[in-house]
This record gives sequence, C-alpha cells and structure tokens, in this order.
Amino acid sequence: MNLHEFQAKRLFAEHGIPIPHGDVAYTPAEARKITQDLGGRAVIKAQVLTGGRGKAGGVKVAQSPDEAEANAKAILGMKIKGLTVNKVLVDELAPGIRQELYLAILIDRSKRQPMIMASAAGGMDIEEVADKTPEKIHLVHIDPIIGVHSFQTTYLANKMELPREVWGDFYKIVSGLYECFKTNDASLTEINPLIITGEGKLMALDGKMSIDDSALSRQPRLAEMRDVEEEPPAEAEARRTGITFIQLDGNIGCMVNGAGLAMATMDIIKLYGGEPANFLDIGGGARADQVATALRLILSDTKVEAVLFNIFGGITRGDEVARGILSALEQIDTNVPMVVRLAGTNAQEGLALLAEADMMTAATLSEAAQKAVAVAEASRGVEKAS
Amino acid sequence: MSILVDKNTRLIVQGITGREGTFHTNQMAAFGTNVVAGVVPGKGGQYFEGENGRVPIFDSVRGAAEATGGNTSIIFVPAKFAPEAMYEAADAGLPLVICLTEHIPVLDMIKVRSYLDQRQTRLIGPNCPGLITPGEAKVGIIPGSIVTPGTVGLVSRSGTLTYEVVYALTQRGIGQSTCVGIGGDPIKGMDFIDVLKLFEADPNTSEVIMIGEIGGNAEEQAAAYIAENMTKRVTSFIAGRSAPPGRRMGHAGAIVEGKSGTAEGKIAALEAAGVQVANNPDHIVEMIA
Repeated sequence: MNLHEFQAKRLFAEHGIPIPHGDVAYTPAEARKITQDLGGRAVIKAQVLTGGRGKAGGVKVAQSPDEAEANAKAILGMKIKGLTVNKVLVDELAPGIRQELYLAILIDRSKRQPMIMASAAGGMDIEEVADKTPEKIHLVHIDPIIGVHSFQTTYLANKMELPREVWGDFYKIVSGLYECFKTNDASLTEINPLIITGEGKLMALDGKMSIDDSALSRQPRLAEMRDVEEEPPAEAEARRTGITFIQLDGNIGCMVNGAGLAMATMDIIKLYGGEPANFLDIGGGARADQVATALRLILSDTKVEAVLFNIFGGITRGDEVARGILSALEQIDTNVPMVVRLAGTNAQEGLALLAEADMMTAATLSEAAQKAVAVAEASRGVEKAS
Repeated sequence: MSILVDKNTRLIVQGITGREGTFHTNQMAAFGTNVVAGVVPGKGGQYFEGENGRVPIFDSVRGAAEATGGNTSIIFVPAKFAPEAMYEAADAGLPLVICLTEHIPVLDMIKVRSYLDQRQTRLIGPNCPGLITPGEAKVGIIPGSIVTPGTVGLVSRSGTLTYEVVYALTQRGIGQSTCVGIGGDPIKGMDFIDVLKLFEADPNTSEVIMIGEIGGNAEEQAAAYIAENMTKRVTSFIAGRSAPPGRRMGHAGAIVEGKSGTAEGKIAALEAAGVQVANNPDHIVEMIA
C-alpha cells in the first residue's frame, strides 16, 4: 500500500526528521488559509499516488495567498497518470536550497537485508543519474538485528562529499528513516530531495512510503490511511472480499486461483488472439461468496465478451469452486458465455456438478483459452447481426 | 533417488489440528508420506486421529523430534505465528522446514532467514505449495493425483501454475523426480539456484523445468548460474508477458532493478544461457518430449 507525500512526511517527522510546516487542503479556499498561516508564501503540491507530479504541472510555488488559491484551483481536479487530484499539500517554502540529496531505504531481495541508498545528486533526474553514473549512488546494508551504525552514515556522508557540519544530522536522519521504515513495516521509505538549506540544515522536502500489505493487519493506524478515493471501486470491493483484481482493457474476463497461474492464463488468452479484461486471483479458498463477487466484478465491465474460469485445485477444492460458480450464477443474470476449466483436488466432482448445469468445460488451459476466444468472437458476431 | 524428500522423510506437522493441517495431513499420509508427529502447543499427549492412522501430538518441535526421529517439518499455522514456528523448527535442528503460510510480513522473514542462515536448516517457502517426490513422499499441498515417478526435476515460484505443468507432464507420460514449489515471496528460503544445484547433482534427475514469473531478479540470477554450472538441460516458462507495467512509487525500485524484473528481460537472460523458454505452459511438454 502506498502512502501520500503528506502521510509519509508526517511519519518521518515522528522519527525526528525535519519537514516543512504545512497542511492538506481539499479546496482553493483552504489552500489560501493555510498559505496565510504560513506567512503568505507556499508551495502547492498535488497529492496523488504516483510519481511524476512535478513534470505533470502538479507542483506550483505561490508568492501570495491569492496565488496559492489560484494554484490550488488549477491543480485540484487535474489528472496525473489517470488519477484525479482531490487534495493538495500546502507547504512552507524551503529556507533556501543549497543542495538536493537523495536518500531511500528499501529491501534488497538478493542480500535479504534492508538497504540504504543515497546520492548527492538528488532531485527529479535521480533515475537518469543511476543509469548513466551509477558510481554516484551509494549503498549500505543494514543488519536487521542491529540497525544503523554511525560509521555507516559517516561512510555515506564521505562518499557524498557532504559538508562536515551536517554529518551529525545526516546520521540522525538516516537512523530516523530506518526506525520509521521498521516501525511501520515499510517496503520503501524515500526522501527526494533531502535538502541542505541555506542555513546548512537538512530537511525532507518530499517523501514516498510504501507499506508491506502483509503487515497491515498489525498496523491498524496505517491501514486506516488507505486512500479509498484513489482506488478503483471494483478493486476496493475485491480487496475487501480477499480477491486480487486489476481491471485491464481486453474482452476476455478471467477468474483464476493463484497469481502465477492467473498471469499465465492471461498470457495464453493473448497467445490465442484474445485480450485479457482483468487480472483476478481468487485466492486459496474460493468460497461461493467470493466467486459471486469476483464474477460480478468481471461482468461489471461491459467490454467483457466471455469469461474464462481456470481453477487448479490444491488447497482450493474443485467441488467447492463449482458450487460457488453455480450459486453465483443463480444471483447474477447474464448472457455472457463462460468456459470452465477445473483440475486438481476434487476436480471430477466439480466437473460433474457443472456438467449437470450445462456449463461449457475444457480439459486443458490451451483448450479453455481457445474456446473462450471463439465464443467471444461468436457473441460479437451475434451482436453485429442483431 | 530424488531431492529433499523421499522414503526416509519423517514428517512433523506444525499446526496439525487446524482445518488445512488436518485436511492435508490426511492427503500427505494417503500419498505414502511417513507422518510421525504433530505439534500443537498445549495439546501434547493427545492424538491426531487421521484417516490413515493416529499420529501423536507434541507440545514442541524439539520434543516431537526427540521422541519420533522426525527430520522434516511442515508449517500450517497462521501468518501471526508462522515466524515463531520456523524459529522453533530451526532451533530443534531439523534439516528441512517447509512453510506454506502466506502473508508473512517481509521484515519478519528477513529475521527468520538470518536466523536460519546461521544454522543447518533449509527452508522452503513461505507462501509455497511445498514439494513432492512421486512414489515416495509429498510434503505440502501439490495434488498427489497429478504426479508420476520419473526423471524430470521441476522448480517453480508459483503454486497452481506448477500443478498445471506437472499435470501436463503426467498426462503425456513424462514422470518427475521431485517437484519443488519455492514460493513467490520476496524473502524466502531456497531459491532457484539452490534447487538447481541439487537437481544437477541428483543422478535420478535427467533434466529440469523452471517456472518463473515477473518481478525480482531470481530468474536472471538463475540464468547466470545455469550458463556457468548446469550440464543438464533446463526448459522454462515465465508468467506475466501480458501484465501491464505497474504504477511505480518513488525511484528506488527502478534504480535497483533497472530493466530486470520484466518477462522480456527474464526470457532474454534465460535464452542467452541456452534455456528454451516456452510461450505456453502446455508447450513445455512438447519441448522436452
């Protein structure tokens, strides 16, 4: 789960990292008021869960409360990478920027440890810096049992050629950022830019933070920070039911158990000339209510011309899935053709149930995909003829 | 011959009385796995009345291992308690632990893995389907009905996609030595390379199928390992060619992973290492038949 900049920065501040004063505004009038309170000048920043806000025009400096109101008016409602901006962060202007640094903590999967990534070349072009001059990115691993040592941040400060007088603050910020990472079960904490102000102090001007979804059950405060307004409603409903659902643009809906098999099913739909309409992993149990919800979500997309069920039983049992599909179809009135492929644990029992109900079945994944693509084409033909 | 589990496996089931633990203990025993003990703290002295006979329950893994000679454990406990179950199995000195539990926080797994690395315990998982040596032992949830004994080794990051490929092999009469589902979590126990190494050394494995998916760089690392060290043929499938690019937050992921992580990048790395990559899991069978 990704957090907004304002949420990330507030969490950073709880761990002693200096951030600019500021507040969130949902209307231009609120932006004006906050700017007034900050002394008349501010930066207005779109709060959407994607990168590239600055380049899209979602960050504007205001020299007066009037200008803040105008800027907020321009930014609120703007679309950035498909996401609508419905709130802005109004921050005080940085007291001079002497240098922009980059600092992040994330998990290094191959070393299986948290890793500090730092660079003296922070700012919007950090990915280009990493690509063209990787020697300017410095890495240090953290022992999860011990935490950050001061000699590690001294090494980084030295590599980054930071002025001697900020080394102490740099240690506090790196160890604070790691505490923040650890306490909140983050998978990423990133400050870009971390600035050296005109007065020679360090400050986090921007913040990004991602939380490990598996840890949300023990992080209730963070779970409540989820911005449901930014989540497509279908995906939110799926999440509440324990299904993973991502809407795509194709014509074949699919319901699969297991993420790898779901991706393979989408790949094969494409291989046989269809386009997947969604990614849907029904999870381990595939209870009837989950199947019904999943089917409703798939059919809420009017571009769907056929639905392919591909369930390979392990923990999931084929007869339970078949009952789920049949009871879901009792609740949902639809003419969209469906192809069911069941294999594995209790598949024969499941197929027998489906056969009684005259469902179209398939023995292999390739056969199921070909049938689904064919019936989708046929149903399109029927629509054209009528 | 096979890898990791066989007729000599003496299995301890951690969480034997839960719903999944009960169902799959019966399935494993029916397959022929020697289930010697269950562990449920507080239920020591009781018995698990299985469909294939009763299994004594112990309060601790160490107690179970001491009393029964158990040498492998499988964990069927919820995410909240699974890290403790893994520590306990490693502390008891078991050489092999399989954890099926999903949704274990990454920071917990980093500590578990660091603890295990200081001991001689091999971990498979978490969030995996376990492994199966046809005709000998099944430790996990891979359906016993879809495997048949033979000489093809299989290693996979996916669960159900593994079944798909194994089932296709069996239907064509191509048997398997051992099928290992290593799981898809970012921090886990054995990875592709660890399993490939065992298959390379196993005289009963003639060739290997490796099933990967998008994300991370384990497939790229495996490709480099294969090019350097594998004499046996490796055939692969990578799921996720049609997946749309994710909406990435921040720059750190892009800086670390660069161009690795995509299906194209993984397939290119594997093909450069001499691995044939199928574009449909059903076709793997034709490629090796």
